[in-house]
Amino acid sequence: MSAETTILLSMAVPLGGAGLIAVCGSRPNLRETVTLVSAATLFALVASLLPEVAAGGRPAVTVVEMMPGLAIALEVEPLGALFAAVASFLWIVTSVYSIGYMRGHGEHNQTRFYVCFAVALASTMGIAFSANMLTLFIFYESLTLSTYPLVTHAGTPEAMRAGRVYLGLLLGTSIAFQLLAILWTWNAAGTLDFTPGGILAGRVEGPVVGILLFLYVFGIGKVALMPFHRWLPAAMVAPTPVSALLHAVAVVKAGVFTVLKVTIYIFGLDLLDGLDFNQWLAYVAATTVIIASLVALRMDNLKLRLAYSTVSQLSYIVLGAMLANSWSVLGGGMHIAMHAFGKITLFFCAGAIMVATHKTEVSQMRGIGRTMPVTTFAFFIGSLSLIGLPPMGGMWSKWYLALGAASTEQVVFVAVFMISSLLNIAYLMPVVVRGFFFAPESTDGSVTGGDAPIREAPLPCVGALSLTALGCVVLFFYADRILAFLQPMLGK
Amino acid sequence: MIAEHLPALQVVIPLMAAPLCILLHRASGAWFVSLVASWCSFAVAVALLGQVQAGGPISYPLGDWAPPWGIEYRVDMVSAFVLVIVSTIGAVVIPYARASVEREVPSDRAYLFYCMYCLCLTGMLGIAITGDAFNLFVFLEIASLSSYVLVSMGADRRALMAAYRYLIMGTIGATFYIIGVGLLYMMTGTLNMADLAERLPAVAETRTILTALAFLTVGISLKLALFPLHLWLPNAYAFAPSVVTAFLAATATKVAVYALIRIYFTIFGGIDVFETMAVREVLMGLAIVAMFAGSLVAVYQNNVKRMLAYSSIAQIGYMVLGISIASVTGLSGGIIHLFNHALMKGALFLALGCVVLRLGSAHVRDLDGIGRRMPLTMAAFVLGGLSLIGVPLTVGFVSKWTLIQAALERGWWPLAVIILLTSLLAVIYVWRIVEVSYFRPVPEGAADIAEAPASMLVPLWVLAGACVYFGARAEQTVTIARAAAATLLGVSP
Repeated sequence: MSAETTILLSMAVPLGGAGLIAVCGSRPNLRETVTLVSAATLFALVASLLPEVAAGGRPAVTVVEMMPGLAIALEVEPLGALFAAVASFLWIVTSVYSIGYMRGHGEHNQTRFYVCFAVALASTMGIAFSANMLTLFIFYESLTLSTYPLVTHAGTPEAMRAGRVYLGLLLGTSIAFQLLAILWTWNAAGTLDFTPGGILAGRVEGPVVGILLFLYVFGIGKVALMPFHRWLPAAMVAPTPVSALLHAVAVVKAGVFTVLKVTIYIFGLDLLDGLDFNQWLAYVAATTVIIASLVALRMDNLKLRLAYSTVSQLSYIVLGAMLANSWSVLGGGMHIAMHAFGKITLFFCAGAIMVATHKTEVSQMRGIGRTMPVTTFAFFIGSLSLIGLPPMGGMWSKWYLALGAASTEQVVFVAVFMISSLLNIAYLMPVVVRGFFFAPESTDGSVTGGDAPIREAPLPCVGALSLTALGCVVLFFYADRILAFLQPMLGK
Repeated sequence: MIAEHLPALQVVIPLMAAPLCILLHRASGAWFVSLVASWCSFAVAVALLGQVQAGGPISYPLGDWAPPWGIEYRVDMVSAFVLVIVSTIGAVVIPYARASVEREVPSDRAYLFYCMYCLCLTGMLGIAITGDAFNLFVFLEIASLSSYVLVSMGADRRALMAAYRYLIMGTIGATFYIIGVGLLYMMTGTLNMADLAERLPAVAETRTILTALAFLTVGISLKLALFPLHLWLPNAYAFAPSVVTAFLAATATKVAVYALIRIYFTIFGGIDVFETMAVREVLMGLAIVAMFAGSLVAVYQNNVKRMLAYSSIAQIGYMVLGISIASVTGLSGGIIHLFNHALMKGALFLALGCVVLRLGSAHVRDLDGIGRRMPLTMAAFVLGGLSLIGVPLTVGFVSKWTLIQAALERGWWPLAVIILLTSLLAVIYVWRIVEVSYFRPVPEGAADIAEAPASMLVPLWVLAGACVYFGARAEQTVTIARAAAATLLGVSP
């Protein structure tokens, strides 16, 4: 099978899967089989592309020529391949987890849930493989639209309100800022193709570069840069698998992925090097890192705490992109994978706790480690990875990000990374500490000293979260391979 | 032999069909005659576009009276494109009309409906094809008078009042237009557009010509419902039979916009009215207000027909904005939006017609869960709505892309921002309907309703499909629109 076919199939498979899921709606077991088969096929397809990309190949295919010079086109390059691989692998895991979660939690409208999930994954693949900014924009919007029904899944007035915030902020910023930036780029450069070294160098200069960069970075609302971050906590009303895969991996990573793409392939690091504008944005990102961590500290609801943690971690990558040197950008690219595994583990754990004990607040989680040891231990692993401690994958991305800041002698940003690590400890560890070292509460609220029986979430949930926790450890040992894989995107 | 007389046939076929409808007197017979006439007109229009693309503008002296003394039919890129737009909508709407008219128009008056439809089609095709300023007035009145009748056939009694208001406003517009033409004739002694274009520059500095331009602008602006002369439109659209709303929304305002383009770029082609007569400031200002006001008011409408009517006012703003930019890209943006908006508004109103057929109402509160009860209809509605917003891969995106590029080319970036902001308003009013129809439960105890009949669904999906097809493959339409704009501005594309 040629690489071109594989690229097209990687979008057709989840879409076809969505169709089949809709058809099989009345037979849950068959429906879930379709989801799993599509997920596994998708990952196999993406994986089969990796060797060629690693060898320097850039398989590409043009889908349709919209207007003269403006095409819907796909191309696989290292960053996109990594993003696609992570997202498609985690889709398999999340599908397994969803089966346990959705059934264990007795959710309604499960067919719509799985259909939208598959469409969202197809959009994610489209984003990852976009060959130009317009194609990326189209899939970016379709990802927003396809995840809206997932956010409002509960159908309650609260969920509908959250859905409006979600849609309003994501569509609003993308149309008002991002689309304007895209049009402006087209007007200035006459092309929107992602080109190593950028397309804007020599075409725009002075303040226009800064305005464009601001329009792009704030227009990509999915990176949740403050003050446009409110949609992410709002999206937490969705069922946990959605929060886990989409709002810790696919959607938000699509955002940072786009920022990296724009930085590397539209502006080019050389153009940004030594400009003031990205410096200002770096400060915005650094502020977001710190403030979001502080807000996370104050959140008692575990999912909200994790959401604010995501807001903060996303800004790591934005910060890396805005520092615009090769170490920080590579670190940012790696962080897409590292944070994905860490955060999805944490969300899986939060969901497992909710399914098994119906507890959602951190303050309720005393002694949870005794009844759910596997889940709590996985939470511990995921936390370590997020904090950036060895032997977890998260250490490496943070290392390179900090290295990038240090290599340009910007001590402020090194300090931001370090302070943020401390804050990570402060908001993640209490969950583990409460879980393992505090005595559990009995049903009447009094503290009991005795041993509670082990009561984990359904097996698919526990299996999934153990696997992603294991992934955090495995990534620690394979970080150099990811680094070598990403290196060519800088054109060196 | 026939190929030579296509320009005349374009108008004569539907004109002859109208009395035939009366003679047949039966709804089904009249319908069939209109169907044949519409489809023939469509074929003629496509053939004309082909001829113009291959061999340049066609001049056809009516009755062999040589212009400028006789009436000249003149088909160039712009008129051929508008002919195709109007006749396409006619050809798509008429198969749809049968079931819808049966439900909404009393059967003893159905043949009159078809007769008026044929006359209306005649008028609009005539406006697009004529090269004579007075003849344009005649066709304008044929189209307008027949559309007053069509609007008044709405089942709701308020349709009469709406038609009456439309009549008053429309007649004022026509009067203004004819006064303008009279002033031009006074100064130049000719009514032929090409001839006018040659003679006007010599007298361009006179106050009479300035007055004439003002009268022409106001008159046509009334017809095309440019803010603040739009007051007739919302009620006329809301209370007319569904078919009529779809047909008029997709064509009537378009030919009026075409007439405006003709006035500025052909009749006044020798004078730069945008720079010397302050046309740009006026048009652009009004267009921007229309874009905002129309969209804002649309957000607060509870009758979906009215909502779409106000959205039309906003969309007309985009077309006029394109004209006011007056560069090749800007004008081509306006022209391409004529086509694109005809497709999307046509699709949206046809979808609404299906809903009205089954539900008897187009009120938001009755639409709960309609997406599940009429999935095919509402899916087409969503496609039309996405086009209205300007989502990529739909026709709306192509229009907005071109318009914004035109603004950026001139360095008017605030205009680009304004276009994007008004798109956001479209998101709000379209999404409201999506939320109601897909994310609300079907009301309990609601009667089971079937999908609309195939005779309505097929035309609906032709237009909805076209919204996507011409959104994804816009090369052809963009090329035609650019060529048209270049011809009008007298430069090479």
